Amino acid sequence: MALLDLLGFAIGALRGHRLRTALSVAGVAIGIASVLTLTALGEGARRYIVDEFAALGSNLVIILPGKVETTGGVPFGGVTHDLTLEDHSALARLGRLRRTAPIVVATETLRFQDLGRSVPVLGTTAEYLEIRRLNLASGSFLPPGDPDRAGTEIVLGTRAAQELFRGENPLGQMVRVGPARFHVVGVLAPRGPSVLGFDLDEAAFVPVKTAMRLFNRTSLFRIVAEVRIFADMDQAKSEALALLKERHRAEDVTVYTQDAMVSSFSAILGALTLTLAGIASVSLVVAGVGIMNVMLVSVTERRAEIGLLKALGAADPQILLAFLAEATILAALGGLLGLAVGASGVRLLGLIYPDFPAAIPPWAVGASLTLSFLVGVGFGVWPARRATRLDPVAALARR
Amino acid sequence: MIDLQGVWRTYPMGEGVVHALRDVSLSIAAGEHVALIGPSGSGKSTLLHILGCLDRPTQGRYCFEGREVGSLPDGERSLLRRNRIGFVFQFFHLLPRLTAQGNVELPMLFGGIARDERRERATRALASVGLLPRADHRPDQLSGGERQRAAIARAVVMNPAVLLADEPTGNLDRASAQEVMGVLEAMNRQGLTLVVVTHDPVLAGHAQRVVHLTDGALSGPPEVLASTVEA
Repeated sequence: MALLDLLGFAIGALRGHRLRTALSVAGVAIGIASVLTLTALGEGARRYIVDEFAALGSNLVIILPGKVETTGGVPFGGVTHDLTLEDHSALARLGRLRRTAPIVVATETLRFQDLGRSVPVLGTTAEYLEIRRLNLASGSFLPPGDPDRAGTEIVLGTRAAQELFRGENPLGQMVRVGPARFHVVGVLAPRGPSVLGFDLDEAAFVPVKTAMRLFNRTSLFRIVAEVRIFADMDQAKSEALALLKERHRAEDVTVYTQDAMVSSFSAILGALTLTLAGIASVSLVVAGVGIMNVMLVSVTERRAEIGLLKALGAADPQILLAFLAEATILAALGGLLGLAVGASGVRLLGLIYPDFPAAIPPWAVGASLTLSFLVGVGFGVWPARRATRLDPVAALARR
Repeated sequence: MIDLQGVWRTYPMGEGVVHALRDVSLSIAAGEHVALIGPSGSGKSTLLHILGCLDRPTQGRYCFEGREVGSLPDGERSLLRRNRIGFVFQFFHLLPRLTAQGNVELPMLFGGIARDERRERATRALASVGLLPRADHRPDQLSGGERQRAAIARAVVMNPAVLLADEPTGNLDRASAQEVMGVLEAMNRQGLTLVVVTHDPVLAGHAQRVVHLTDGALSGPPEVLASTVEA
């Protein structure tokens, strides 16, 4: 029996029970659509995080003072050295690092005329702009040159500038931070809040030396560095660590790479996505039981037909295939419908929340279609086997 | 062509067994028209099912075209039913979702015959029962006689050696019954072996040979039995 004839026969049988067919197709469609939507949400969350990190620069090495370790035991042991501007200069000379930027940070009140606003103030150098891939809306960033130069330039984040200057042009204006006066040289382009909890639109940037003096700090908060070649990430990391170990005569800094953080976040959210897909597939199992129910009713109802087919010389495997084809068609139609519903649902979500990169990953499309096919076959086998086991004499005896 | 020897068919029933057929021996030659008659429950249908390879004898031999078929595997018996045996039932058993044409094509569908040939052969079969103008009608749009003629077309479309009819006119008015019997007899005249189960003596009268069944056993025609009793 040719495959097309088999399908034609099965479709003919399904068309005989339109409502029942439609309901079981809907069951599978709901299952598939929910698997796809939840997967898209999980995948969207993963991509959101990964994009966020990528926006920060994915080839970053970050150096923090202090070492995660158990202290105590040795008297006067475990002294932590400051992370200094000299350390930064030494790191900047490492060949594998393209750019380095020292950072100190404190929350200070920015004052312009009688307005004041409490914002995070970052002390850093000109390199920071490139490393963090920031864009300027107007003016320039901190002037390049010796980090030891204590300039009085200030660059404002877009919202800090808006709130403080209320439509006035901030360029060239004087702002005060505590007792110090700064003149505004630039305003950053809007960036949007970062999931990492630091809103650069709110921040202000001043030369690092000035900031250390102003905040009365001897140690840097951290040093961020951009690796020249992405593949050299691990080597760059160990070189930086070795250099600082030598300078401090102790391993008292922590070096981590942005890359490692991205992959661990990505892995966590990937697991979350799978979990969501797993929860959603419960509905597919329910849909499968629905198909099984419909097929069992169908087999019971069509006893006479099955008996007739046997009398006409249909072999048991053919009858099995015919009923299995019906179940599979139900599931496959449900799968396609679910795909359409799921895809339009995700698209709708994209229209409502344009910033959230929800997208159905290609593997989920393949997996859900395969799954719906398997549901059809899996839950169709038992009813189909019941059909083949019918005694034709008994099946024909009834009208 | 058909040769039954000492065929028994028993069903377990509670503690005991029911003998549907007792020691039936029967030969039917190719091209014969045989009527199986007997009261309800006499085993006519059981015998027909065994002849049609839908049921197996509990005991005894059944040779069909020189081959012992009572113990063949299911797959081969399906092939036999498909290619050598045609069935006509009292209640037609047409699939309501298919047209007359579609119903006639059904055995060829499972026989793996190509679409064009299916169409052509079904058309010819429908023409031979005079139903061509109604080929595109579904069973609920056909009269009883037309339905049975469609069923006959379906039964002969695979060119079987024997046509087994179980009360083919049992559900028809007299005019339709005559029409249907006319079709069956015409086919018999063209060489198709015909076995008809009936309890209508008029219908049985058309047959070349009448086989009587009583309580699962063959019996002579009533007058023969009567004469035996007298003797």
